[in-house]
Amino acid sequence: MNQQDRKRTDWSWWHLLFLVQFVAVLWPPFYNTAEPSFIGMPFFYWYQLLWIIIGAILTAIVHFATED
Amino acid sequence: MQDVNWTALIIFLVLFALITWLGFAAARWRKGDLDLLHEWGLGGRRFGTVVTWFLIGGDLYTAYTFIAVPALAFGAGAIAFFAVPYTIVAYPILFLAFPRLWYVCHKHNYITAADFVRGRFGNRWLALAMAVTGIVATLPYIALQLVGLQVVIGGMGISGTGYTGDLPLVIAFIILAAFTYSSGLRAPASIAIVKDILIYLTAFAAVIVVPIQLGGFERIFAAVPPSKLLLATPGANTIGAYGAYATLALGSALALFLYPHSITGILAASSGRAVRRNAALLPGYSFMLGLLALVGFFAIAAGVGELPEFAAGFKQFGNNFAVPALLLHSFPSWFVGIAFAAVGIGALVPAAIMSIAAANLFTRNIHREFINNAPTDRQEAQLAKWVSLIVKFGALVFIVFVPSKYAIYLQLLGGIWIIQTLPSVMLGVYTRWFNAWALLVGWAAGIVAGTAMFVAANLAPTYTLEVGAFTFPGYSALYAVIINLVLTVILTPLFNLMGGRPADETIAAEYRAPLPAA
Repeated sequence: MNQQDRKRTDWSWWHLLFLVQFVAVLWPPFYNTAEPSFIGMPFFYWYQLLWIIIGAILTAIVHFATED
Repeated sequence: MQDVNWTALIIFLVLFALITWLGFAAARWRKGDLDLLHEWGLGGRRFGTVVTWFLIGGDLYTAYTFIAVPALAFGAGAIAFFAVPYTIVAYPILFLAFPRLWYVCHKHNYITAADFVRGRFGNRWLALAMAVTGIVATLPYIALQLVGLQVVIGGMGISGTGYTGDLPLVIAFIILAAFTYSSGLRAPASIAIVKDILIYLTAFAAVIVVPIQLGGFERIFAAVPPSKLLLATPGANTIGAYGAYATLALGSALALFLYPHSITGILAASSGRAVRRNAALLPGYSFMLGLLALVGFFAIAAGVGELPEFAAGFKQFGNNFAVPALLLHSFPSWFVGIAFAAVGIGALVPAAIMSIAAANLFTRNIHREFINNAPTDRQEAQLAKWVSLIVKFGALVFIVFVPSKYAIYLQLLGGIWIIQTLPSVMLGVYTRWFNAWALLVGWAAGIVAGTAMFVAANLAPTYTLEVGAFTFPGYSALYAVIINLVLTVILTPLFNLMGGRPADETIAAEYRAPLPAA
């Protein structure tokens, strides 16, 4: 492989996965409701806590799919 | 005030003695020559993924966070939960920009963000602006860590009249200053591991035990007034609470990794890949922070605000006493000792890293650039050690003599100021398109505009923008950095016309992992 072939771009389409979590948590109308509640916790709270986990998984996917 | 809680106090002191020993012993951990600035101030860039996780986690999720976020939930309700989307969107930002910063800083032995800006844009005044912003934003943050420490010391029933009441705080700080001086970044890195284990233990115990005592989440949330349970639905001509919530989250996330203590934690990693991995692993702390925010509601449900034994604490510390009061109310004394030690040690770790970060900035970007540009390695490291001491004692004097609300105002302003380094640092790792003078003018405009908005909003971080009949309440930091960016983009071609551009000492390949030899 010569130097030219190894030139890498900084952009990867995988980065668009990050957009999902930005939209999901930065648009309060999606989640500013009490129902459906989960083990007595209003939707507003468990939805955002759940997105911490989904966000971490999405970040891990991008990490494994792209080069540093 | 209640009597001294001896069981809690003894456990607190034992744990404190343990971390004091650890702080001094850390000088010999992954041993390096502490007369070199990158050894003292960055731990020799030797921390792998796991230690970096503890270090950055211990650095960002401070004692003040663990006291103040639940206190905000206790007092103001749902808005406090903005800390959750804040930490969710912060990590993609860490992932995208900061491994690049790590690679280029490693290549050129940059120790601060201002070092990088100096090399990238070749303008010492722009680098000075970055350094001063970083130092000024960090100082009140150190002072606030002391507020966290004060609250738990008060919670154990230790009170004195006048300045003798501050004696425990002074002692804790002398210990902190001494081990930071002798061990550098290795001290908070090793202590962070103990601190984080204690914090996780406390958080999970609180989230499991207290709801059982109070009869489940259903009852807890039923006790929260409906007005605090959700964000207020905005009226017809405003984005209302939604705007404030989302912009506080986004603006705080953009500012988070620009703080010098964050950058110090990132640059201390042993590889850019360790930084990337941590972007996926650090949300473990966010989850805990989210759970802790709920503790503010537990405190409402437990009614600690009305209990006579806590009246003095609430009078002295305001809503910040909600968490200590709930812990005292719900747990046996020995566990209270562990939990309070977690918060107390949780104050020392970030305070140490912050003072090291400020010392690195002063030494590299003010002293070396403007005062003595050829110090020996030893002089440079020695100066940084002294500056870290001065910075910490400045914070201590501030918190002892000035009401803590001023530290809080300054810390809020610090967020508005530090985000103004975003175009130079965070966008700078992607592009050299901006003109250094345009960046400097944009930075100044952002600082002035953000400060003016903060003052106009009666010393609050959300400013209400009015466009015709429509209002947009939002985080001033975000509005101000938009002004900064727009101005920088407009002025760049104009300044380019006026004169040549200094050389960029970095090249594109240095922002990525080195390619394996072909």
